[in-house]
Amino acid sequence: MFDQYVARRYRTDLRPDPETYLIKDKTAVVGVGQTEFSKGSGRSTVQLACEAIKAAVTDAGLKMSDIDGLMKYTQDPNDEHTLIDALGIENLNYFGELNHGGGACTPSIMHAAVAVATGVAKYVVCYRSLNQYSDMRYGRRGMAMAAMTKPMSRNGNDGLIAPYGLTSPVSWVAMFARRYMYMYGATREHLGWVSISIRKMAQNNPDAIFYGKPMTMEDYLNIRMIVEPFCLYDCCIDVDGAVAIIVTTAERAKDLKQTPAIILGATQATASDGVMMTSYHRPRIERIPESWYAGEELWRVTGVTPKDIDVCQLYDAFSVLVPAQLEEYGFCGEGEGADFCWEGKRIGIDGELPLNTSGSLLSEAYIHGMNLIVEAVRQIRGTSVNQVKDVELSMSTAGLGVPTGAIIFRR
Amino acid sequence: MTFKYIPGIPLVHPVVDRCNRGFWESINNHVLSIQRCQTCGLRLHPPRPMCPRCLATNMGWEPSPGRGVVHTWVNFVYDRAGYPGIKCPYAVATVELDEGVRILSNIVEMDPADVYIGMPVEAVFTDVNKELTLVHFKKRDK
Amino acid sequence: MDFLKDKAAIVGMGIYKFSKDSDLTETDMACRSIRSALDDAGLTPDGIDGIIVYAEEDYDDIDITRAMGIGNMTYYGDVRWDGGASCSMVLRAAMAVASGSANYIVVVKSVNDASLKRVKKDWGELRSWPAAQETFYNPYGLTSDDGRIGMNVRRYIHEHNINSDSFGWVTQVLRENGAKNPNSMFYEKPVSHKDYLESKIKVEPFRELDYSCPVDGSIAFIVATAEKAKRLKRRPAYIMAGAQSMVKGTQFKTSYYKSSITDLHATEIVAKTLFEKSGVTHKDIDMLQIEDEFAPLVPMQLESLGFCERGKGVDFIEGGDRISVSGELPVNTSGGSIGEGNLHGMNHIAEAVNQLRETSTSQVKDVEKILVATGVFGPTSGLILRR
Repeated sequence: MFDQYVARRYRTDLRPDPETYLIKDKTAVVGVGQTEFSKGSGRSTVQLACEAIKAAVTDAGLKMSDIDGLMKYTQDPNDEHTLIDALGIENLNYFGELNHGGGACTPSIMHAAVAVATGVAKYVVCYRSLNQYSDMRYGRRGMAMAAMTKPMSRNGNDGLIAPYGLTSPVSWVAMFARRYMYMYGATREHLGWVSISIRKMAQNNPDAIFYGKPMTMEDYLNIRMIVEPFCLYDCCIDVDGAVAIIVTTAERAKDLKQTPAIILGATQATASDGVMMTSYHRPRIERIPESWYAGEELWRVTGVTPKDIDVCQLYDAFSVLVPAQLEEYGFCGEGEGADFCWEGKRIGIDGELPLNTSGSLLSEAYIHGMNLIVEAVRQIRGTSVNQVKDVELSMSTAGLGVPTGAIIFRR
Repeated sequence: MTFKYIPGIPLVHPVVDRCNRGFWESINNHVLSIQRCQTCGLRLHPPRPMCPRCLATNMGWEPSPGRGVVHTWVNFVYDRAGYPGIKCPYAVATVELDEGVRILSNIVEMDPADVYIGMPVEAVFTDVNKELTLVHFKKRDK
Repeated sequence: MDFLKDKAAIVGMGIYKFSKDSDLTETDMACRSIRSALDDAGLTPDGIDGIIVYAEEDYDDIDITRAMGIGNMTYYGDVRWDGGASCSMVLRAAMAVASGSANYIVVVKSVNDASLKRVKKDWGELRSWPAAQETFYNPYGLTSDDGRIGMNVRRYIHEHNINSDSFGWVTQVLRENGAKNPNSMFYEKPVSHKDYLESKIKVEPFRELDYSCPVDGSIAFIVATAEKAKRLKRRPAYIMAGAQSMVKGTQFKTSYYKSSITDLHATEIVAKTLFEKSGVTHKDIDMLQIEDEFAPLVPMQLESLGFCERGKGVDFIEGGDRISVSGELPVNTSGGSIGEGNLHGMNHIAEAVNQLRETSTSQVKDVEKILVATGVFGPTSGLILRR
C-alpha cells in the first residue's frame, strides 16, 4: 500500500486532463485586508474577522453587498451567520469549510477560485481570525490539559499519542525534525540560519511582531530549548489578529481597484496513511509526501517549474519545515534543503529564491498561513516591504504534516 | 531524571472505541497487541476500521513481543511545553517493532537526554492508576 | 448557459443500513458505505482523488482515507449545518470535477444519532460553533430542535389560520412510503391520519408523529464528470443545478429576528437559483425529496419552493393524494426523515438517485427530473437531478 509513496510515482495518467483545469488564468485575488498583529487584541475573533474583511473589501474597491461567498477554516470558531449579520451581507450563495489547520490556507483560495470559476458565487471571502496569543494557545497548558482529559478528536487517534504527553504541535513536528536532522546531517545551526534569515526580513516590516528585533546566531543558540531539538526561535509566533482575502474572476478583476494577483494554479494534496500532524507510521517520516504531491500537481497544472518561481512564501510554523519544503517542491535535491539555507544568502532578498519576505510565521505573525498569501499577493502588486524585482511568479504554500496545498500567482 | 508522573493532575482518557478496543483491553492485561487483517494479513498501527490493502473489515489482534528500536524521539525540556501531569524532562519516541509497525510511547527508566535513534528497546507496562495502564518502552541490551 | 449544468453526475451510491444502534463507529460505517458506493460504481479506492465530509462527525477525511488505502487526493473539504449541508456536499463535488480539480469525489455522511445522542452533546462543547447563540436560548430551556422549530411552526399556524390536524397527512403518506422500503425504520409499519390525531403531543404544537426518526447509518455517493459517468456501469443521475443559501438574519434553527419568521427565505433563494441555472420550470419537476425533520415543514416548503401559493401548502397536502406516490407531485418516496430515518437529507438524495435509476421501492413511472432540498430555518441547499 505504500508503493505509491515510497517510489513517489506521480502518475499523470490518473489526473484530470490539464485542459479541463478551470481556474488557471481565470481567477484572481483582488483584495486583501488584515488587522494589526498583537499580543492581546482586546477584541473577539468575530470582530477581528469583520475588521479584516472590511479592510479587504475596501482594498478591492468593492461594496460589502457584493460579497456572496465565504470560505472558513473548520478550526475557526465563528460561524457564517454571525459574520454576515455583523457585516450586512444579504445572502451567501457559497460557503464551506476547510479542515486541517494551516493546511487550509491556500486551499481556501483554491476552493473560492473554483466557486467563482464555476459561477456558483461572484466574490468569495477567505479569512482566518485568531486570538492565538490571548485565548487558548496551541501547545500551552490549557490545551494540553484539554487534550489529555478530553481528547480533541472524537475517534481513537488522539488516545494513541496524548497519554504519553505528546500534546503540542511543537512536539509533533519535533519528532519529524529529529529524524530529518539524523538522516541528512542537519544541525541546529542549519535551522538557526532559517530563523535568522526570516527574522532579517521582518526588520523592514512594521506589522511584524519581531520588527526592530534582529537576531544573531548567538541569540539563536542561547535561547531556551522548548522540546528538543527545537528552541524557542524554531517556533512561530503566537499572536492575535485576522486576515481576509477576496477572490473573483480575472474578468471582473479588470474593473477593480488593485492590480490583480492572477491565479496560475492552486492545488490541494494528501498522501496515504496520514494522521493529523503525527504521521509517524509511514515508511519514511523525514519526508513530507503531501508537499511533494502538491508540488507535482502544481507544476503539472501550471506548466512552470521551480526555477521559474521568483519569490516564495513557505509555511514556516517551525524552522525545519523550510528546508523540508525546499526539497519536496523541487527547489533543491533530497537532503540539500538545510545547506540551501546556510548563511541565508540563497534565500535572501537578492538570492536565487527569496523566501518568506514579510517575516512570515516565524517573525511576522502566525495567522495560520493567511498572512503568507497576502505577502505573495503584495509581491505581485509590487508593494512588499521587501519587494523582489520584476516578480512574474509568486508562490505560497500551506501548512504541512497535514493535508496541504500550494498556490502560484502571476502578474 | 527518570520518567515520573506528578500526582494530583488528571491524566489521560484515551477514547476507546470499537475500532481500538482490542488494543486497550490487551494493554490492561499487560500484553501489547497489534491489529492484523484476518483476510490479507496486513499488520496495522494505529488501528483502523478497515484494511487499507484489501478493504476487509474482519480485523483481529495479535500479541507482540514488544521489541524494537527507536525511530525518532523528542525531549520535553521546557516545562510549559509539556503535559503538566508528567515531570519534565521526559522523552516521547516512536518505536519500530520487529513486526514492522511503529508505535508511539514514552522511553522510561533512563535520562531522556541519552535516548538515540536506533536504540534497542522493549515494552514494559505501567499501571498509571486504577483505570489506566499504558505500554512504555525501556532500553534493552542488543 | 450555466457552466455547471449537466457537467457532473452521481455515479455511485452506498448505504450502510439504518438502525437504532449500529455498534460501529461513525468512521467504520462511513468506510463501509463508501466501499458499497465503489462497488456500485465499479471503481476501486485508488481511483478516488477527492472527498467531501461533514464537519461535525467523529472523523476527519484522512481518517477515512487512511482506513481505505486512498492515497493522493487533490480536492477535499468540509461542510456544516446538518441537513443544510447535504445537497451542498454534492454541489461542491460537482464543482470539483467540473473544474478539473479531481476525477472521482466521495461524498459521505455517517451518523450515530440514535445511539450516541448524549455523547454528541459533549462534542458540541468542544467544537462550540453556535455557542454564542445558544446562550440566548439554553437558559430558558429551549435546547432542542423541536422547541426551536416549534416557534416558527406555531407562527405559521397562526398566520394562515391552519388546523394542525392537516399535518398528519404528511406523516400518513411518508409512513406509507417507508412501509414499502426495507431500509426504513418503519418497514411494514404504516400509520394512518387517525393514528396521527391520537398520537400524544410532545412539544406543542408538535405531536409525536410529526417527528423524524433519528438513526445510526451512513450514506456515500461518488460524483464524476458526465463524460466519465457514461463509461461507468450504473445509470448516472446528472446534476442539472445545485445551490446553497445563507441569508441575513439566519441563525441555525433559531431565526426569530427576520421580518417574517415563517418565510423560508433561504429555500426561496435556493429554488430561484436552481430553476434559473437548470433552465427548467416547476412543471418539469416530477417529484420532490425535501426536508421533513417535522411534518409541517413539507407544506411550508411547497410554498417556498413555489409549488403552491403562500398559505396554500396545507390545502396541497390535505388528504395526502397529491403528494403520494401516485399523485401529481410525489414527495419523499423512500419515506424521508419521517418515514425512513433522519440521515440529514442524504437519504433524500439517495432516493432521488434510486428513482432516476428506477430502483425505488416506491417507483414512480417515467421520472425525469427531481428537485431535492435539505435544511430549513438555517443554511439551506438544493439540487435538481435528472435522468
